[in-house]
Amino acid sequence: MLEAILLTIITAATPLVIAAVGELVTERAGVLNLGVEGMMIMGAVCAFAGSYLTGSPLLGVLCGIIGGALFSLLFGFLTLTLVTNQVATGLALTILGLGLSGQIGESFVGIPGVKLQPIVFPVLSDIPFVGPLLFKQDITFYLSIALIIGVNWFLFKSRTGLKMRAIGDNHGSAHALGINVIRTRYLAVMFGGACAGLAGAQLSLVYTPQWVENMSAGRGWIALALVVFASWRPWRVFAGGYIFGAVGILQLHAQAFGIGVPSQFLSMLPYAVTIVVLIIISHNRRTTLINTPASLGKPFVPDR
Amino acid sequence: MKKLIIALAATVAALGGLSSGAQAQEKTKVCFVYVGTKTDGGWTQAHDIGRQELQKAFADKIETPYLESVPEGPDAERAIERMARSGCAMIFTTSFGFMDATVKVAEKFPKVKFEHATGFKAGPNLATYNSRFYEGRYIQGQIAAKMSKKGLAGYIASFPIPEVVMGINAFELGAKSVNPNFKLKVVWANTWFDPGKEADAAKALIDQGVDILTQHTDTTAPMQVAAERGILAFGQASDMIAAGPKTQLTAIVDTWGAYYIKRTKALLDGTWKSEQIWDGLKDGILTMAPYTNMPDDVKAMAEETEAKIKSGELHPFTGPINKQDGSAWLKAGEKADDGTLLGMNFYIEGVDDKLPK
Repeated sequence: MLEAILLTIITAATPLVIAAVGELVTERAGVLNLGVEGMMIMGAVCAFAGSYLTGSPLLGVLCGIIGGALFSLLFGFLTLTLVTNQVATGLALTILGLGLSGQIGESFVGIPGVKLQPIVFPVLSDIPFVGPLLFKQDITFYLSIALIIGVNWFLFKSRTGLKMRAIGDNHGSAHALGINVIRTRYLAVMFGGACAGLAGAQLSLVYTPQWVENMSAGRGWIALALVVFASWRPWRVFAGGYIFGAVGILQLHAQAFGIGVPSQFLSMLPYAVTIVVLIIISHNRRTTLINTPASLGKPFVPDR
Repeated sequence: MKKLIIALAATVAALGGLSSGAQAQEKTKVCFVYVGTKTDGGWTQAHDIGRQELQKAFADKIETPYLESVPEGPDAERAIERMARSGCAMIFTTSFGFMDATVKVAEKFPKVKFEHATGFKAGPNLATYNSRFYEGRYIQGQIAAKMSKKGLAGYIASFPIPEVVMGINAFELGAKSVNPNFKLKVVWANTWFDPGKEADAAKALIDQGVDILTQHTDTTAPMQVAAERGILAFGQASDMIAAGPKTQLTAIVDTWGAYYIKRTKALLDGTWKSEQIWDGLKDGILTMAPYTNMPDDVKAMAEETEAKIKSGELHPFTGPINKQDGSAWLKAGEKADDGTLLGMNFYIEGVDDKLPK
């Protein structure tokens, strides 16, 4: 029972963690992209299409990543090159993504999808309890863990990461130091898009292997909120994603078990608990201020 | 530049006026306003299939324009009014949440006929129509009681509105008519549409031991989970057999086509009246998907029950029925009236859940 619950929690938390860590990198570079939901749904439809047309869910995952990244490029062009308002452009990206994905996916509705098969580690997967949980998962789970570790290292241990954080904190100074602000931001936006696309691929190939219009159902917005409440720290994003997933699944079990608490209250719990926990772990105002990218959402036009 | 824009706008308006004028002379417009997309795989798709049947039935006499994804709320009124202004003779608004908007627009356009699905507010030019989905739920309950080895089914519910509560009760009644000790676990997803959450709810119920699943949410995700876990399930609103060829026992399929044809015929004949219609299996407004993945005797029982409901011999809500707390609701032989059913806000005995208020 516990193992089954944990498996469900992992499936529910993975897309949130992936999309949130991507957005975290984008925001650390000082760009606020509110289009996560739109990029996620584009990733979902591209992944389903790729998997259906090639017959390989793995190629589908790749299509999802590419789809999300290309779609975010549109946002990058508008906000970085044409210097449009980031908030408005991000919202527009979400609306466009929801509509466009519906159009692309019209012929895929009702077709049963192919589930992405787990990668089984020999020997390790035979360990009772831990084996099935950690060593018999699909590639999106392993990628989510790799992304958290990789992004954490990149941001706080690598030189390029330091430069990127510098851009996010003060793009003027970074520019004066000779760092290419626009190019770095383009890459950060596309990384965020690729992650959102991967999260979308997880939805249409692992979570519920099918294509339904609007199937992301608000998960992109939750990922966005996670980044802020986790005060732009990768491991806190990871914790937040899993707390949200865990409470969400446990409240369903509580209902099925019949504990007699109103379901509306239980449905609210994941949001409330995640926010409270993340606020408590990031309660130090000083470190929160240090972690907040000071140039977040501000337009940058290089002087020539 | 400004002049050019005005000139362009005037030309477009003139062209638009011309074309709609020409169409109005040839064909009657029967219009539809949808809450979702016509390919949602459930509710709206069922309405759109009805619209297509209607178009086919009166191919050269009518045209059937539609608006998709109209949000419930203030936008709905604008959308319905736009339809009314464009020369529609009759407008079907196909979501409960369009009720007040439809009432307002109907008052403004007394010559246009309005038909609102699943609501309860009518007017001189506003009819309502609904389907007795609970009849299908009762049959499903009977099948579940026969097919479940544990005598325990899981029910994925959306929101605690009378329509859904009525469905849960009808399912339990059907099940208890076969196995008096049958138990039903209910999980409220608090959404109509979220494949992930619906799948999570399905997994939670299966992990807690149910071996039959039924749903009152819109996507095929629960059916898919049931198929993966190797248990049986019922489809909802559309035939979901594609998502679970070895899983689906049957599904309640909404078939609005016959109703749309009947009402359009009345409109064309000039005999249209405002009515409040609540049709059931016998009228063909809902049908049961083929009974599959069950032995012949269970299939025969289901077919017999379906026939009895159609002939009026069996009303699912016939006493003696107790409420959940054991207090009496219906005396032996007493049938529930439609008003009570449409406002149902309590569980009957045997439902293993606390009704959210």
